[in-house]
Amino acid sequence: MLDKVIFYFFAAIAVGSALLMITRKSAVHSAIFLTTTLLATAGIFLQLRAEFLFIVQIILYVGGIMVLFIFVIMLVNLDVAAQQIQYSRQKWVALALSLALAGWVGTMIWQAGQLPGQGLLVRGAAAAETLPPNAEAVAQSLFGPYMLSFEIASLLLLVAMIGAVVMAKKKV
Amino acid sequence: MMNHLYELLKIVLASPYTLPVIYGIVIVAVLPLVAGYVVLVERKVMADMQARLGPMRVGPHGLLQPIADAVKLLLKEDIIPEKADVWIFWLAPIVSMTAGMLALAPVGIGPAFQIAKDIDVGILFIAGISSLGIFGIVLGGWASNSHYSLMGALRSAAQLVSYETAAGMALVSGLLLGGSLQIRTLVEEQAKQGVWFVALAPIAFFIYLVASIAETNRAPFDLPEAESELVAGYMTEYSGFRWSLYFLAEYANMMVVGSVATTIFLGGWLRPFSSVGGAAGRAIDTVPGALLLGVAAYCLYRAPKQPVTVQKLVMVAVAGLCAAVAAALLAPVFVAQALWMKPAIHGAFWFLLKVGGYIYLFMWLRFTLPRYRFDQLMRLGWYFLIPVSIVNVMGIGIALVLHWERGMHLALALGLTTLMTLVVAGFLVRAELKREEQLRQAATGDAYAG
Repeated sequence: MLDKVIFYFFAAIAVGSALLMITRKSAVHSAIFLTTTLLATAGIFLQLRAEFLFIVQIILYVGGIMVLFIFVIMLVNLDVAAQQIQYSRQKWVALALSLALAGWVGTMIWQAGQLPGQGLLVRGAAAAETLPPNAEAVAQSLFGPYMLSFEIASLLLLVAMIGAVVMAKKKV
Repeated sequence: MMNHLYELLKIVLASPYTLPVIYGIVIVAVLPLVAGYVVLVERKVMADMQARLGPMRVGPHGLLQPIADAVKLLLKEDIIPEKADVWIFWLAPIVSMTAGMLALAPVGIGPAFQIAKDIDVGILFIAGISSLGIFGIVLGGWASNSHYSLMGALRSAAQLVSYETAAGMALVSGLLLGGSLQIRTLVEEQAKQGVWFVALAPIAFFIYLVASIAETNRAPFDLPEAESELVAGYMTEYSGFRWSLYFLAEYANMMVVGSVATTIFLGGWLRPFSSVGGAAGRAIDTVPGALLLGVAAYCLYRAPKQPVTVQKLVMVAVAGLCAAVAAALLAPVFVAQALWMKPAIHGAFWFLLKVGGYIYLFMWLRFTLPRYRFDQLMRLGWYFLIPVSIVNVMGIGIALVLHWERGMHLALALGLTTLMTLVVAGFLVRAELKREEQLRQAATGDAYAG
């Protein structure tokens, strides 16, 4: 019961602030609502007893959005942006695409509900004591079965980072 | 009717949420008072270091000054700049303070007093949530619609991004030694190994100290609110209650970083020589209570010498408070029936003492060192602290592998790798000195050429 209340609370916040994020005119307000959405998602992770994911979500996105904020403040001319027309005129294309997406996600959820065992929506939270410590479980799968893909991903990120530094620097 | 109430009470008491909620309420209620008195201590320490008396007027030796300050702040006019973004202007200080207080949740003030007891990522939780506080600073600086505020906010963001890496790496060194993210396990591990991790990883502790000063925006790294350049930085436009929220957040953050450093490096709620038991252990346990009794006696001795009756009364009250705390500390040592309370009370005492010592260190540095220039701050972070902290983490990893796989003595292995880190740090310092020398020469050369 309590689990469901918590889930719907965070889900409502996440969806509501996601809507507000795309409708605000000021870029700073949008960024704030984006943060709220991500924090609410973190709350859902916590409700699922995924403490490690919860805190990593907060740490990574806070850092990320902080940088986004600075870009917004320093690079975007807010006064000009506020006067521009906010929505492009591709209403019908957008509507068709989002309906298609909604249909697809809905089918997925319905199919998952047909599977034996627990569906996607009604996932009873396991008792916290029966789960292995979170950080250790994540570490064991990252450095065990998924070692190669983990290393490849980190190498890609490193390449991207070095590339950004090289391009940003005027003379090497 | 009474029966129903009794049943309800029983259910409430049996719930696992009750105690944490009570602790939470107590912390939220007590924190402003504690912050006020930390400010008083800070002013007194500053006065002492500058050979002055500090606040003396309100209460004996200014003991009631924080309450006067709080009343003044609450009654002040609440000013909002004309073109400010009102909602964000309201929201920002609340975000800062909420983050500071929320981060205190998993902090273990002694083995008994902990709100989020079994959270498995305790240290990460504290680090992550307290870094949310930066949002408050940046939003407040932006919403004020003032250049000073905006400059302060941008500096604050840049500073946090630069020093969080170093602080995180320093924490990783401690976590490697403890082998867990959970606060209780970290402290128990230090008890088991019989040594505080500050002795095993001194460089990591030093890096965390520097980085935590930078993260809490304290002098000598208080560039976001550098009054000689930016009036008051991000809080220039704030006044009254909202300003005091920012202030509260700053002190809550100091307590948070103090608690993290205490938990990981200074043995948490363990007393010094925690492995010593028997008569010697009993003697050590007696020391804090006896010292407090001494303070109480001194207060009683000074009370008749205060000039005003109210001040005499306050002095007696302080003596009574000290005596009460001393009694709480001594009772579990000498009365067998109260023995079960000993870990909780003594643990809380030692933990708070260590956090207080860490905060005292902050104050000491604040009144000793001049403020850094912004480019110096960035160079210190990126060219010195981050490389040294990365080398340090690698060194501790190597030492642990040597200890586990090759059976080398842990202290020897850690000593070797610490030496290695020091050599790297020496090279970095030398490169920096050389660069400064070159800059100086270039500058003087230009002056003569022009």
